[in-house]
Amino acid sequence: MMIVEKTLPNIDRSVGLVETQFFTFAGEIPMNLESGESLGPVTLAFETYGQLNAGRSNAILILHALSGDAHAAGFHSTTDHTPGWWDDCIGPGKAFDTNKYFVICSNILGGCQGSTGPSSINPRTGRHYGLSFPFVTVADMVDAQRYLVDDLGIEKLLAVAGGSMGGMQVLQWAVRYPDRIRAALPIATSARHSPMLIAFSEVGRQAIYADPHWNEGNYYAGPRPNTGLALARMIGHITYLSEESMHHKFGRRLQARERFGFDFDTDFAVEGYLRARGNGFTGRFDANSYLYITKAMDYFDLCNGHANLAQAFSNSTGIRYLVVSFSSDWLYPAYHSKDLVGALTSAGADVTYCNIQSSWGHDAFLLEVETLTGLISNFLERVG
Amino acid sequence: MTASNLSSRLRIGQLANRSTGLRPDLLAIASLIQPGEKVLDLGCGEGDLLRYLQDNRQVVGRGIELLESSVLACVRLGISVRQGNLQEGLRDYPAGSFDSVILSQTIPYLNDPSFIIKEMLRVGSRAIVTIPNWGHWRCRLSLLLTGRIPQAPGLPQAWDAAPRARPLTIRDFEEFCDRQGFASAGAIYLQGKRTIPDRFDKDLRATTAVFILKP
Repeated sequence: MMIVEKTLPNIDRSVGLVETQFFTFAGEIPMNLESGESLGPVTLAFETYGQLNAGRSNAILILHALSGDAHAAGFHSTTDHTPGWWDDCIGPGKAFDTNKYFVICSNILGGCQGSTGPSSINPRTGRHYGLSFPFVTVADMVDAQRYLVDDLGIEKLLAVAGGSMGGMQVLQWAVRYPDRIRAALPIATSARHSPMLIAFSEVGRQAIYADPHWNEGNYYAGPRPNTGLALARMIGHITYLSEESMHHKFGRRLQARERFGFDFDTDFAVEGYLRARGNGFTGRFDANSYLYITKAMDYFDLCNGHANLAQAFSNSTGIRYLVVSFSSDWLYPAYHSKDLVGALTSAGADVTYCNIQSSWGHDAFLLEVETLTGLISNFLERVG
Repeated sequence: MTASNLSSRLRIGQLANRSTGLRPDLLAIASLIQPGEKVLDLGCGEGDLLRYLQDNRQVVGRGIELLESSVLACVRLGISVRQGNLQEGLRDYPAGSFDSVILSQTIPYLNDPSFIIKEMLRVGSRAIVTIPNWGHWRCRLSLLLTGRIPQAPGLPQAWDAAPRARPLTIRDFEEFCDRQGFASAGAIYLQGKRTIPDRFDKDLRATTAVFILKP
């Protein structure tokens, strides 16, 4: 047998081998949550890429979407062939250039990939939190990140950036900690979760509730509600695509068969894709986390407590904004971004907005790499 | 199609100034801008004018542009630009946000020029509007001699090309401003690269006119 030296793909423009780190806080004084409850201790999983400069002024916080994690770039081992989720945009010479910037990404509060969430052990009971985990909001996620940024000794972030729910966190940072960031890059997102988004969230949650293994969230000792979670993920994936991208990606092609099976196995390629994505998801995601995070997204509304959106940003006009939407994104359509841009403009903020022509639907924020790279790197150049 | 991307799409440009790289009508606009002004450029194209003004007049510049490729070019130049049409772009700005609001060579393409200029005068202390002059003697002669609709000086575009342009002359625009109650606070008349005096024959000689309007 030949011995093949394992090399990392695209190593020249990769951050290379990276390791997830953990930061625990709120051990003595629990952190207060928006719901009125409190939580502690809290652990956040995070990764960093690049070097923090002497002035501690080149840090960029990347915020992930619903199913993301702290592993945004690079590889965990030499045999790992799947890089971090935004590897296309984070690395030497990429949109978030790690030769210039110190990039941080942490798993959200309520998540299940190293940060404290419903699948974590409650130190008071020695058992998984399950549904005893307090409800968390996007603002709570941002508060937890602020603890991390404090601990890293960073007074002011150069930028916060993220797509989808990551974009919501970006906006929440801008409203909650305007003095702690210089630039905000909300991408393919919205200042409030629309009724349609809430509807899709609810259908996903119902799929999980309906799985007998869910058992009111107490499943950690037995079989997991994988059927429900996979179904929720399948619904999600439909919303991340566009009609055009489905035509392009799958058409009416059949999956591994020449003719219709006249059975209920997988006929079409699009079915195969959704099943694979659904099943793959159950191996890495916790169903209770899915419930909690989608709820946090549904609760997200920056207008809450303000007369209008512009007023919500009235103390956040010192920040430079780059707002990006994608023409075929029907989940977070361009007019959500335009509303946001309008409100920021009315408030007097410095906003750049681009609606990128794309057929990839909501997924475009991960796929339109070339355009995003130009936009983001040029924009950051001016901030930095 | 809305007009905001025209300056980048149509080559008004053969006349661009060698040392600044800026078109003569844009240079004329730049000469009107005081250091440190807040400037909004409607249909800012690839951001050449705003970049020039930021470098040479230290203005706080904002642009609105329809075309994605032009927006990307603006960002490359470090310009704050919003992608969109003029209507929605102007709407969000509070009254009096700018010292000068610029609309360059775009009037022939607007469905409702009166509305746009009113909006410009709402968000800015003054509007700077440049128009191509179809009343130039060459245009007049061309129609008479060839029987074909003339192309505006500096806007070489066939009558059926998109976006559709509606021809106008200096006199048309002056009468329009009178009718609408837009007060003129001066004008610059250009013949190619040169400024020509405000005389009786400017309607015939000017290829481009730069109007300063006040509410």
